[in-house]
Amino acid sequence: MNKPLNKMAVQATINGEPTAFLCSPGQVLAEVLRDEMELIGTKIGCNTGDCGACSVLVNDRLVCACLVLAAEVEGQAVQTIEGIAEGGVLHPVQQKLLEHAGLQCGICTPGVVVAAKALIEHNPNPTEEQARYWLAGNLCRCTGYDKIIRAVLDAAQQMREEAAV
Amino acid sequence: MNAYQEFSIIGSRPVRPDGLDKVTGRARYGADLNMQGQIYGHIVRSPHAHAVIQSIDCSQALAMEGVLAVMTGEDLPEPGDSVLGSGEGAIALKDLSPMVMSRGKVLFHSQGVAAVAATSPELASQAAALIEVSYQVLPAVTDMHEALSAEAPILHEDRFPDGFPEEPTNLAAHISLEVGEPDAAFESADVVIEQTYSVPMCHQGYIEPHACVARVDAAGRVDLWCSTQGHFTVAQYTAALTGIDVGKVKVTASEIGGGFGGKTTVYLEPVAVVLAQKAGRPVKMIMDRGDVFRVTGPAPGAQTRVKLGAMRDGQLVAAEVECVMDTGAYNGNPAGIPAFMATACYKLTNARSTGRAVYTNKPKIHAYRAPSVPQVTLGVELAMTELAAELEMDPLAFRLKNAVEEGDANMMGAPYNRIGLRECLEVASAHAHYKAPVAEGEGRGVAAGYWINAGLQSSATLNVLSDGHLSILTGSPDIGGSRASMALMAAEVLGIPFDHIHPQIAATDAVGHCDVTGGSRTTLATGQAVIQAAEQCVAEMCRRAAAEWEVEAGVVTWSQGAAHYGEHSLTFEALARRAGTMGGPLTFSSSLTASSAAPSFGVHICDAKVDQETGRTTITRYTVIQDAGKAIHPAYVEGQMQGGAAQGIGWALNEEYLYDENGALENPGFLDYRIPVASDLPFIDTVIVEVPNPLHPFGVKGVGEVPIVPPMPAVAEAVYRSAGVRMRDMPLNPPKIVAALQER
Repeated sequence: MNKPLNKMAVQATINGEPTAFLCSPGQVLAEVLRDEMELIGTKIGCNTGDCGACSVLVNDRLVCACLVLAAEVEGQAVQTIEGIAEGGVLHPVQQKLLEHAGLQCGICTPGVVVAAKALIEHNPNPTEEQARYWLAGNLCRCTGYDKIIRAVLDAAQQMREEAAV
Repeated sequence: MNAYQEFSIIGSRPVRPDGLDKVTGRARYGADLNMQGQIYGHIVRSPHAHAVIQSIDCSQALAMEGVLAVMTGEDLPEPGDSVLGSGEGAIALKDLSPMVMSRGKVLFHSQGVAAVAATSPELASQAAALIEVSYQVLPAVTDMHEALSAEAPILHEDRFPDGFPEEPTNLAAHISLEVGEPDAAFESADVVIEQTYSVPMCHQGYIEPHACVARVDAAGRVDLWCSTQGHFTVAQYTAALTGIDVGKVKVTASEIGGGFGGKTTVYLEPVAVVLAQKAGRPVKMIMDRGDVFRVTGPAPGAQTRVKLGAMRDGQLVAAEVECVMDTGAYNGNPAGIPAFMATACYKLTNARSTGRAVYTNKPKIHAYRAPSVPQVTLGVELAMTELAAELEMDPLAFRLKNAVEEGDANMMGAPYNRIGLRECLEVASAHAHYKAPVAEGEGRGVAAGYWINAGLQSSATLNVLSDGHLSILTGSPDIGGSRASMALMAAEVLGIPFDHIHPQIAATDAVGHCDVTGGSRTTLATGQAVIQAAEQCVAEMCRRAAAEWEVEAGVVTWSQGAAHYGEHSLTFEALARRAGTMGGPLTFSSSLTASSAAPSFGVHICDAKVDQETGRTTITRYTVIQDAGKAIHPAYVEGQMQGGAAQGIGWALNEEYLYDENGALENPGFLDYRIPVASDLPFIDTVIVEVPNPLHPFGVKGVGEVPIVPPMPAVAEAVYRSAGVRMRDMPLNPPKIVAALQER
């Protein structure tokens, strides 16, 4: 029986803001982000870690939020899709996805953005093959990945050029 | 002759109007809305694939604290013999109602038998486990060939397909067509080949699970939010299934996370409405990913026997196609399409085609991108390639020699208008990919494909805003960038900037009727409604300008976003700002049943390399050539071509439903039902061919569906050429290829 009071208090930094929330011990991070914080950009496509739609960064590490218990992020820094565009300025990955039409239905897009940002942070100059393997955990059924991969490589190039200036 | 010949903004690639919301996570999909006071629904599903329901006891669940409502199939009205919709979209209520909730009998594993609503998802799940259902288990049959045997258990004792009235069988439908004298034509042919090909049942594989939230107010009015390809269809189906007047059902379409045909029906919505009605609280429901695979969607598995006859010079003289399709537990009407469309790419005056649909203890099939055509096309196109090899002809040249063109009739009888198959074949033959030598160890396959495309009903309302911006309301959910195409078409007619146009998807009570976003129809038909409404706007603005200038309306012209006469001009923005004093608000609506639909054709070229040791196939190069009529937003046209190709490649190499001996799906998740991932595919090159559709003002043809048609035969031929063994049963997964290589 799920008793309403059987909740634990967790403190974490969510998208740069110190945050406290209550969750039940078995609740996963994806559910808490969506249901408690209205951070609905984190999508749940499978709840088994297979589709990548719930990709978030925990201490800059790319994880599926459906496979992380909410209680595990105590004291950690979580970044979701809502925290990617800083001060209302789109991240280059977001901008390039728009320019390349790298989304159709858009349900996988938040996860792709988070994962691609993490890729470029790990490897500022990914090859096509490296981008494809890094994003192999982000399922997209609409695009055939062509325009997603082109957008990600283009964003990486733009960020390299900006860093060189 | 198209009404518009020259374009200024059509054919450009602006950022889609809804793009910002979708890259920042703000867009709201099915599961992203909560209603005040909502509770949560959970469906109890059958653990058996075929059983009589002897009793359902909900008393323990109802007694639980926090449980507010339960329901069973008895809470839905008897479906009787009523039919919803018409034509291709017609569906019998008795084939729809049990897909929501069964009554009396379950015919497939995980079919819904009861539902419960409680104050949390966990409570609802716990309460569902307390609902006691007793079953008398019956033998199940999941293989369609076994289902046709004399010993097979019969799924529907009360169904006798036309022409087979003696005994009930599992044959759901049988359609046979013939033109000319195929038997005599085969006698006269120099070369005849006959082979059998098969395709497994598969799923659309959309990433967003079905989800909805429903409220029923004290006056019995329903407010329903859901992820769907057509909210007007949801309203109609939900009303019919629950017995509520459709006028009391308002449906708002959320953003939709993929559908591919699979979200043109209802599964959860009627359950949420009935539970909300009983509980007096809004009810939210989200389908579990496993259940998405177990109870929704699948595209029919099929076996196709193809016999083709040709003369030595490559003239095709006769065809016979017999396609058996697995419709699952209820009739999803898959039999007619292969009968009508199997040979649609080729000039054939002597042909026979047959489609049969068979009941099995599996979920009822539903539309998946060019429904039923990829299955039968695997057979016809691979047979064409095999026959070309027998004739020692280039496979594209063989197709070009027999390709249909304007004036030719297919099995449906009506002659084609201006179509683009020949142009696609010519472009493919001259393409750098086709000209390039095949790399060492690789193989190359080509195939053509056809899809009929739909017109159907659409509506659009244009509201000119006071600063000269424009809002567009349609009822067509945007599944792949259609807001961008609506805005481009309005911008073309009105001559105002693309980013001054704000397309929205309106609820069922806020815009005229729109049929589903499906049948590759939205840019064509809803776009045509937008064009017509924009033309009304231009006419009215010219009339107002003429009144201002005290001249006849006929002498005022419209160009570059302004009315002109001699020295005078009035811009769209000026007319918008002054609307209140020049005749009132500027609002225009147009509705139509589009008669402008035209078929699409595509040609695909695939290079593949088979690892002889592991049996893994790598697609090394892939090119899609397709006639789009006129590409409104070419990037989203290319996206459809690439996405359809990727789905077809997945079906060719990996995707298949696997059932155990008890009729339970063994791979109900993305780990075991493996759709292509980014590292499985190369870049997919595209060539958009534009042979304008003479029936449409802009020349548009549907583009969404046909790209899933050619991949299976193109991939299968490339695999054969690389591996050296011919396989005709999909999917060509590593174990199957390894077995075939060992057998050689």
